[in-house]
Amino acid sequence: MGDTIASLLIGEKGIIQDFCLDAIPLNLLEMGCLPGKEVRLLQIAPLKDPLYIKVNGSHLAIRIETAKQINITKLR
Amino acid sequence: MKSNSLLNIALVGNPNTGKTSLFNQLTGLNQKVGNYPGITVDKKQGKCKISEHLTAEITDLPGTYSINPTTLDETIVLETLLNEKNNSFPDLVIVVAEVENLKRNLFLFSQIKDLQFPSILVINMSDQMIRKGITIDIDALKKELKSEIILISARKNLGIDALKREIENYENWNTEPIANISDKIDSVFFETIKTAFPEFSLYKSWLLITQQKNCSFLSSELHQKIAAFNPDSEKIKKYQHKETIYRYQIINEILKKTYSVDKNEATDLRSRLDKILTHKIYGYIIFFGILMLIFQSIFEWASLPMDLIDSLFANLSELAKTNLPKGTFTNLIAEGVIPGIGGIVIFIPQIAILFLFIATLEETGYMSRVVFLMDKIMRKFGMSGKSIIPLISGTACAIPAIMASRNISDWKERLITILVIPFTTCSARLPVYAILIALIIPDERIFGIFNLQGLTLMGLYLLGFAAAISSAILLHNVLKIKTQSLFVIEMPNYKLPSFKNVFYEVVEKTKAFIFGAGKIILALSIILWFLASNGSEKFKNAAEYVTTQESANYLNDDVLNKKIASYKLEHSYIGVMGKVIEPVIKPMGYDWKIGIALISSFAAREVFIGALATIYNVGSDGEDVGTIKERMAAEVDPVTGEKRFNFATGMSLLLFYAFAMQCIGTLAIVKRETKSWKWPILQLTGMGALAYIVSVITYTILS
Ligand SMILES: Nc1nc2c(ncn2[C@@H]2O[C@H](COP(=O)(O)OP(=O)(O)OP(=O)(O)O)[C@@H](O)[C@H]2O)c(=O)[nH]1
Ligand SMILES: [Mg+2]
Repeated sequence: MGDTIASLLIGEKGIIQDFCLDAIPLNLLEMGCLPGKEVRLLQIAPLKDPLYIKVNGSHLAIRIETAKQINITKLR
Repeated sequence: MKSNSLLNIALVGNPNTGKTSLFNQLTGLNQKVGNYPGITVDKKQGKCKISEHLTAEITDLPGTYSINPTTLDETIVLETLLNEKNNSFPDLVIVVAEVENLKRNLFLFSQIKDLQFPSILVINMSDQMIRKGITIDIDALKKELKSEIILISARKNLGIDALKREIENYENWNTEPIANISDKIDSVFFETIKTAFPEFSLYKSWLLITQQKNCSFLSSELHQKIAAFNPDSEKIKKYQHKETIYRYQIINEILKKTYSVDKNEATDLRSRLDKILTHKIYGYIIFFGILMLIFQSIFEWASLPMDLIDSLFANLSELAKTNLPKGTFTNLIAEGVIPGIGGIVIFIPQIAILFLFIATLEETGYMSRVVFLMDKIMRKFGMSGKSIIPLISGTACAIPAIMASRNISDWKERLITILVIPFTTCSARLPVYAILIALIIPDERIFGIFNLQGLTLMGLYLLGFAAAISSAILLHNVLKIKTQSLFVIEMPNYKLPSFKNVFYEVVEKTKAFIFGAGKIILALSIILWFLASNGSEKFKNAAEYVTTQESANYLNDDVLNKKIASYKLEHSYIGVMGKVIEPVIKPMGYDWKIGIALISSFAAREVFIGALATIYNVGSDGEDVGTIKERMAAEVDPVTGEKRFNFATGMSLLLFYAFAMQCIGTLAIVKRETKSWKWPILQLTGMGALAYIVSVITYTILS
């Protein structure tokens, strides 16, 4: 437990569990980043930030602070 | 039916779905299109003939993922849809979606439907369906959404007529809401909203309450009513969250039945390209390689056409001189206006090449990858990865660049970006740099390959970027503004650039540059010419004064006439003004003529050459003075007898132009975008002081 999007390795997938509403822009939810959805880490930018993810069909880049707020369970 | 008045149609949709492409098809205009979320940042309008009797005013809007805005450009959408008093308030809404991200597009569509606008769903990029293995059951989707749907390809011009025909029938469209937010979230709470605002749809009232701070257009009466509602922010957040989840539930159910993607047919070009282009080493190498390529081609490819244009304008001057009646006015045309305009036109090749690259890169989808690569670095300077796009387009012109910063959500990051953009070397500086470099830097090669003049120019570009970055760091540490990092950017799929889009972009931008500059140069040349060829009593009686003064010296006529001409110029209105400012500019190594040209170019930098040409021309006693470059090279300091544009003065001028904020247009845009005079004034004085100090130091050291 305790996994977040930030703890995924490139290529790994997870299912979004929950997140603190205050730390996550509403915008991100509205783009499809919702509990129960599969998220996959596609790339990490050279300086470890931002992260390039695919979630619920959308390809997005988010900053690591945001990624750390989104709890997931890893999929194997 | 609204007869004899225009039908207002708004184009709403996620970023990058092709709204502007559709707008251009409908209106025949050429607004900027590009494969980057956030190309359109302002409202644009155009007319479209829907049928024999029906004409529509189409409003193209910035892209948005939701009606709840997070950036300034998205706020424009909210305002357009909620403010009934606005004259672009839509009679009907076209929601532009796109085949690949239909799910996310429908989220916005469901919000629009809930506002109960007559609305139609347009699914764009149908040409991509086969390649991506996508199938959509349009008839079933129509039933599920209780809406009209049209499949189009804005790029291939497919389905546009069908769309027009459907619009004719807009009064019969179903305007029932899709999502019943009240029951699903908190029916008691929403019931109170309903009773409080019976005049609005429930969803509109809900938006007014949640987006109060973004609704500056509300009447104070309504504001009070909403404020009286006083919902606590915790509750709002929770309910917005619930609303979002609920909407996606509905959409998922619908799409399960109507939308499918065959994974085998979907090509994997995106992930392969992403692996290289965002790689931690190759990514940067490719990015800087592309920048180098752009610079190289600006200077190498452009030189041949530039030489052609140069000789063309020299011939034109000659032609004007031989064919027009002799006199000062002809000289103004032949030696002030024509070289002034020529000094701008000559940069068409360079500017066209610059735009060719920027437009092509924007069309491929590469720009979002650059944002991704650069975000962390740019944050160290108080900016966002998204600031890269304005900073690069600032090399063309600061005005659209400052507008482009609208899609940066964080205010501090955006403000710093706006404040430092004018340091990047915009195309208006090119004419000034080019002529000064030609005067003071020898046309030689070092190490056999690098052209010294080209290197100097490159150095000035780098200096501009360095100044932008250093002042960003300074501002980052000085400005006390709280940041909340809401950074999210969509990474669009790669696309082959559309030749048509790139072509129009290059043509439009180049045209804007030429006409914008041309108008100012023409106007200022005439004003300066008037001020230089008129003056008070001393000016009018110049011949007498000089002749009596010099009567003891027995000068020949030629020398005497020259003396009279320069005496006249010094006592013209412009000469008197010049003398007033001379003490201020003297430490920078300039005489009053340069000073006047410098001040004129506070309207726009590229005016400098035209202004100098006009002043020299009036002072030359009507004789042939050659090209402006020759004239500048021949100008000497009357006291020391040394060349006026020597190395020290030339360098001091170059650096002044590198740092000073000399562009009224930019100041006006900064005022508009920051909604305060504070920031443009800070730019003007801060950059001006820096430029002045650097120039004085440079001149003092070098002379
Ligand atoms: N293949 C294909 N590409 C299209 C089509 N329509 C638009 N595009 C491309 O999609 C990209 C986005 O187009 P725009 O018209 O700028 O999109 P927009 O919705 O106005 O984008 P923003 O202003 O950023 O919100 C551009 O690269 C277009 O060339 C289409 O029908 N087919
Ligand atoms: Mg657009």
